[in-house]
Amino acid sequence: MSADSYAAPRGTSEFMRGVRTSVPVVVAAAPFGLLFGTLAVENGFTTFEAILMSATIYAGASQMVGLDLFGQKIAPWLIVLSIFAVNFRHVLYSATIGRCLSHWTPLQRMVGFFFLVDPQFAEAEQRVERGQGIGFSWYMGLGLPIYVCWVTEAWLGAWFGRLIPDPHALGMDYLLPIYFLGLVMSFRKRAFWLPVVLVSAVASVIAYRTVGSPWHVSIGALAGVFLGAMLAPARSDGEEAP
Amino acid sequence: MSTIFWIIIAGAVLTYLTRAGGHLVLSRFPHIHPRVEAGLNAVPAAVLTTLVAPAAMEGGPAELTALGVGLVISLLGGGMMPMFLTSAAVLILLRHLLG
Repeated sequence: MSADSYAAPRGTSEFMRGVRTSVPVVVAAAPFGLLFGTLAVENGFTTFEAILMSATIYAGASQMVGLDLFGQKIAPWLIVLSIFAVNFRHVLYSATIGRCLSHWTPLQRMVGFFFLVDPQFAEAEQRVERGQGIGFSWYMGLGLPIYVCWVTEAWLGAWFGRLIPDPHALGMDYLLPIYFLGLVMSFRKRAFWLPVVLVSAVASVIAYRTVGSPWHVSIGALAGVFLGAMLAPARSDGEEAP
Repeated sequence: MSTIFWIIIAGAVLTYLTRAGGHLVLSRFPHIHPRVEAGLNAVPAAVLTTLVAPAAMEGGPAELTALGVGLVISLLGGGMMPMFLTSAAVLILLRHLLG
């Protein structure tokens, strides 16, 4: 069934295949991992707290938002709520990718979901699209290097402070949008890709201008997902919504 | 333990719940409605677009050119790595020239 089944993929080779896929992700995320560590210390975090945040929350955008709000002396519960709001998109990832993980053990799923960051989800979905299926070894081969580097970068960033002399000149602040654009393009063969992208783009820009920063992700995404659901023909296979 | 510590722990628990929760809720339904299925298939493009669009809107000539070059390379069938590296190189170059 899978395209590479003739190769009888073994655990280690699948793991290494995942590791190879992780390389551009690690490169793209590195400036942000370092920047997070640096900003965390500037906002009153200890090195331990910076590392703890990267190691336990493990979601870059929400970590930055958390730092930003903490620096502004916002009430703690509001900071936690904002982190939750920024990360709410993971509910969609989890529901989407979970359909392809039924062959995993419950423990594997419990562990795997912890590592479900944006690029992890995107790469896993692409593997599904190529009909290869998501093995636990491959998934962890992809996820562990990203995770280990991310946590290490928080430590490095916090320890050496301004490690990078001029992040702007090196385009550091813009590497993630470029990387995410590449991912958006890689899904262009999917049904209704263009209308979904256009609607999400417009909705997120409007939300960014009106509601404000963390919320534009959830609002834009929901608009695109809703459109995708509406455009699909509701096949009447006798399983209508209850 | 400090306030920061508890903010981090609470944030981590809620983040994990979002990552496990979508699947836990969906797996309770034996059949998935085609519209739900189609909506889920739209998730990657929809979410990832929201991470690009505002950045593109805020971008100047250097940023927009870099994104444009990346777009063209993707459309020509270039892989992730060539697209990413070329686009980043264009950005750095233009920021030096224009900046």
